[in-house]
Parts: sequence; structure tokens; C-alpha cells
Amino acid sequence: MSAAMDTESTYSGYSHYSGHSKKAHRQGRDRHKSPRSKDGSRSEKSVTIQTPPAEPLLGNDASRAEEGQDDNWGETTTAITGTSEHSISQEDIARISKDLEDSVGLDCKRYLGLTVAAVLGLLVFLTPIAFILLPQILWRDDLEPCGTVCEGLFISVAFKLLILLIGTWALFFRQPKADIPRVFVFRALLLVLIFLFVFSYWLFYGVRILDSKDTNYQGIVQYAVSLVDALLFIHYLAIVLLELRQLQPMFTVKVVRSTDGESRYYSLGHLSIQRAALVVLENYYKDFTVYNPALLTASKSRAAKHMAGLKVYNVDGPGNNASGQSRAMIAAAARRRDSSHNELYYEEADHERRVKKRRARLVVAVEEAFTHIKRLQAEEQQKAPGEMMDPREAAQAIFPSMARALQKYLRTTRQQQYHSMESILQHLSFCITNNMTSKAFLERYLNPGPTLQYDRDRWFSKQWTLVSEEAVTSGLQDGIVFVLKCLDFSLVVNVKKIPFIKLSEEFIDPKSHKFVLRLQSETSV
Amino acid sequence: YSAILTFFSSQQRIEIHKLRQGDNLILGFSIGGGIDQDPTQNPFSEDKTDKGIYVTRVTEGGPAEVAGLQIGDKIMQVNGWDMTMVTHDQARKRLTKRNEEVVRLLVTRQSLQKAVQQSMMS
Repeated sequence: MSAAMDTESTYSGYSHYSGHSKKAHRQGRDRHKSPRSKDGSRSEKSVTIQTPPAEPLLGNDASRAEEGQDDNWGETTTAITGTSEHSISQEDIARISKDLEDSVGLDCKRYLGLTVAAVLGLLVFLTPIAFILLPQILWRDDLEPCGTVCEGLFISVAFKLLILLIGTWALFFRQPKADIPRVFVFRALLLVLIFLFVFSYWLFYGVRILDSKDTNYQGIVQYAVSLVDALLFIHYLAIVLLELRQLQPMFTVKVVRSTDGESRYYSLGHLSIQRAALVVLENYYKDFTVYNPALLTASKSRAAKHMAGLKVYNVDGPGNNASGQSRAMIAAAARRRDSSHNELYYEEADHERRVKKRRARLVVAVEEAFTHIKRLQAEEQQKAPGEMMDPREAAQAIFPSMARALQKYLRTTRQQQYHSMESILQHLSFCITNNMTSKAFLERYLNPGPTLQYDRDRWFSKQWTLVSEEAVTSGLQDGIVFVLKCLDFSLVVNVKKIPFIKLSEEFIDPKSHKFVLRLQSETSV
Repeated sequence: YSAILTFFSSQQRIEIHKLRQGDNLILGFSIGGGIDQDPTQNPFSEDKTDKGIYVTRVTEGGPAEVAGLQIGDKIMQVNGWDMTMVTHDQARKRLTKRNEEVVRLLVTRQSLQKAVQQSMMS
């Protein structure tokens, strides 16, 4: 029974029900419910998250039967781990349920895909050359002589292959910047298409030419040229499908961070959900201010105080109605006339004033410090040799005069853990080297910047999970909502279609711009 | 009884004797309107395309008030001259001719009348 309670407690409402069987996997228990996860029809809605169990949700107590859990297993929520270092595909669900550190099998999957594509590419590239060379090698003497025309065709094949090579390199040989959970549908389609195409060409070649030892060499060469032409067209198709189709914006997504409500809007084209998630995450690191848990404690303590003063006594008997109790508490707390809004108002006003004061002191201190540093001109180098310093020493020289003010300001705005003394000194010497003013130096400290600006250790957000009700390879549509979760917070993404705009024209003749003066005078007589 | 209020226009003939003030002869009222003015800004007209001359102010105790001119009256004729299709300046000139001591105006006035009807049932 305690096991059941364990598995019920999950960290979110979504995977609440699905946490049940994956934990069963993880603990290697032989439960009769575990085969459900391997059910083919539900494989795209599988759940695999390893997170520490949070406190149980309200109303979720031991009385909930296991049969109830099973009925809700058909819930249509999907959570797929898509971490930044591992890639997972559909067939690997069983393996994922093991420890996350065991990543050997997952890496193999990714490299397997890459090697398949590379082998196919090499094969495709060598095929026209093979078509041209094989007759020469095998039955050279029987071939009809083929003069200028063939040589012209050889040159064209060579250059087209070169163009194809450069194009493929430009399009496909790029550093993968992310690992996504599912197969990239269009790429897979293209690989299949190329394979079928080349296979059919080889088939034809093998039957009609190799077997019958065709002597018309010009025809063979033209056959090879047609193959290369068709490959170039497939490359064009690849460009259109992979690159051009999603350039035109069709959807606007709103991304809201769950902890503090910061939101942004982005424009996207026709993308699959997983690629849209990638775009959102790439933009998250540069647009959203860094997640600062220290800023959230104030509201939590207020909420705790609000509910803390209420105690529930059960008068009716031993029946333990947890949900009823909690509802009663919430209702009583709402009716209580307390002055927490007052507290909030004065606290915020006070905080504003303090921040402004400290900011003023900081700005003045830094300005004064920067006036002491002057860039040494070339002629003056001989005049004052004893005082020359490199940027690092200059930074260390003026740092003490502003250190205290800066530290106090960072403490007041709760940013102190994001900036170590070493990083401040480094930034200071950087600013001195590049002739920046005090304002440019302070820009980094006065306002919290995007996540990219800070040290990787402070990011709080490196591994992401995509939670979606639709399959992640399906395209974006109006009204889809998916969530990108990391350990401490989540980004809720809401997709809206850009409305169809009806634009009509109206022609105004420039000669029609004429005006009259309309008066209303009053004269006394 | 049942009472019905209706607007109707009535024409009045008003004779104003000009008052001499220093070098000027004044009538004691102000006019607004004219074919060169904006009729939509006229507060007294019923039809907002009416470009006639209207009385916009009547000074207290002046010759116009004594003669019975009221604010909102539309001036149709001055001494036989038509005032319905004149510019503002022309209207002013016709009213302030130096050699005239008396002006006779034909004005149209909207007034309310209470028509008292006896109900059907006696």
C-alpha cells in the first residue's frame, strides 16, 4: 500500500496519473500493470520522467484505489524526456525507464541515424561515377566510340556532382544544435525518397545495361547525367521542405514562465511541435530575464502566513475527509478580513525606495571611480612610466571604492549570487579595456539580464522536458498548448494562428486634396 | 384633458429704433450665420443646413430687446432687403447703415404652443 502512495505522488498535475506505472518500471517491480506502457497504440503517449516526489496533491490520499488509477491510465497526457544531452526514440521507451545516467544505448541511437545518412549520401554520390566507369572497366572493347558529346557530358556530370556536393555540405552538414525526442519527419522522408530513387536506378542499370552489356556508351553516360539532374532536383526539394517552408510566419506563440508570469510572443511558421519547442527554447535564453528563485520567496511567505492561522477541527467523527477539510480552510481564509494587501503595498513601496537609494549611491560611486582611470596616450607613456597599469591592475585599483556600494545594491535586488567578485573584476577590466563609461559598466548589474549573460552554473535550466497532448511530430495548429518543463519552473506555450487579413485598396486622386475654411462668426450690431 | 406640445414657427415684424452711442448707432444684438459660414455650428437653427442669419445675443435693455427681438430669431428681411442668402458681412452692413435710424425686421421665431385637446370621453 505504501508503494501505491509513493507512485501517486508526482510533481505535476499532468503526469500525475502516468507517474504510476513508470515508477513501477523504475523500481523493477513485477506489476501486472506494467505491460500497459508497452502497448503499441499508446507508445506515443508514454511517460518517462524521473523526478523527486513532491508533496501529495490535495485530496490524494491512501483511499484512492489502484483500480481507479488504472481507469485513468488512458489519460491523454504525454511527457517525453528530451534532455539536451540524450536523444530518445520511440523504440527505446523500455530502456529509458532505467537510470538516466545509463546513456550509452541512447547515444548509439543518435549516431546510428547519422551513419545511415552518411552511408546513403556516399552511395548516392558515387553512383553516377560508377554508372560511367563500370562499362569502361567491364567491356571496354565492345563499346562504341563516343567522342566530343561524351566528353561534354563528362564535364557536365563532374560539375553537377561538385555543385551537389557543395549544396549537400551546406544544407546537411551542420553541427546539430539540439537533440529532439522524435525523428525529424522530413529528413527521414527525404532519405527514404533518395534511397528508393537510387535503388530503382541501380535496378534498371543492372538489368538493362550490365546484364545485356549495352554497347551504346553515349546512352549510358546520358543515363548517368539524368540521375545527377534528378539528384539536384531532390536537393531543391530538400531545401524547400526543410528550410523554406517554415520561414513564412503562420503562428504566433505566447510563452509564459510559470513562476513569475514573464511572457513573450514569437512568430513561427509551419513547424512540428518539437521544432517549435526548440525555437522557443533558443529564444528563451536570450529574451527572458534569468530565473531568480530569491525573488519568489516573498509571495510564498505571504501565502503561508495567510493560511497559517487557521486550524481545522473535525467535529463529526473519525471520518477523515481530506478534500472537505481543505475546502473549508480555503473558504475560511477567503472570508477572513486581514490586511495582507496593506502589508504588500507598504512593503513594495519601501522596497522601491530602498532600491532607488542604493542605486543612486552605486551610480555615484562608480562614476567617481571611473574618473580616476584615464587611458594613457602614446606620448605620455614616457612621462609617467611608474604608473602604467594593464586593465586588470587598473580594475583592481578602483574596485575597492565601489565594492561596498555594488554589493549592497546586489543584495537589495537579490542578485548577489549571480555575480562573484572575480566576475565583477573581469567585467570591470573588460569595460576599462574597451573604453566604456560607468553607465556601460553598470548596465549589467542594474537590471537582471537574460540567462545567457550569466555563468552556466547559475542557470537553473539546462535540461528540458516537452509535455504535450498531441504527438510531438505533428504540426502546429491554432489552440495547441504545450509545456516545457525544467526542474524549477516551466514555460507554458500557447499557439495562436495569425488571422487572415483582408486588405483592400482605395485610390485617392491627389487633385482631390482641397479644403475649405468653415467659420462661425458672431458680430454685434 | 390631454395636452400636446408642438413647435411651430411664427413670423414677427419688429421695428427697432437705433440708439446713438457716441459716433455709432447700435441696435443691441449680435448676429451669426451667413452663406459663407458653417451652418452646422449654429445652435439655434432647426435644420443644420440653414445658412440664414440668426440672432445669437440680445443685450439687456437695448433697443432690440425693447422692440421685442428674441435670441434665436431668424432674420428674413431687413427694411425689405432679403437676408436669407447673404454673407455674414453683407448682413452686418445692411443692419448698420449709417443714414438709417429705424430698421424694420421680418423675423421667424420658433415657439412652443400647448394645444389643449379635449379627450374623446367627456
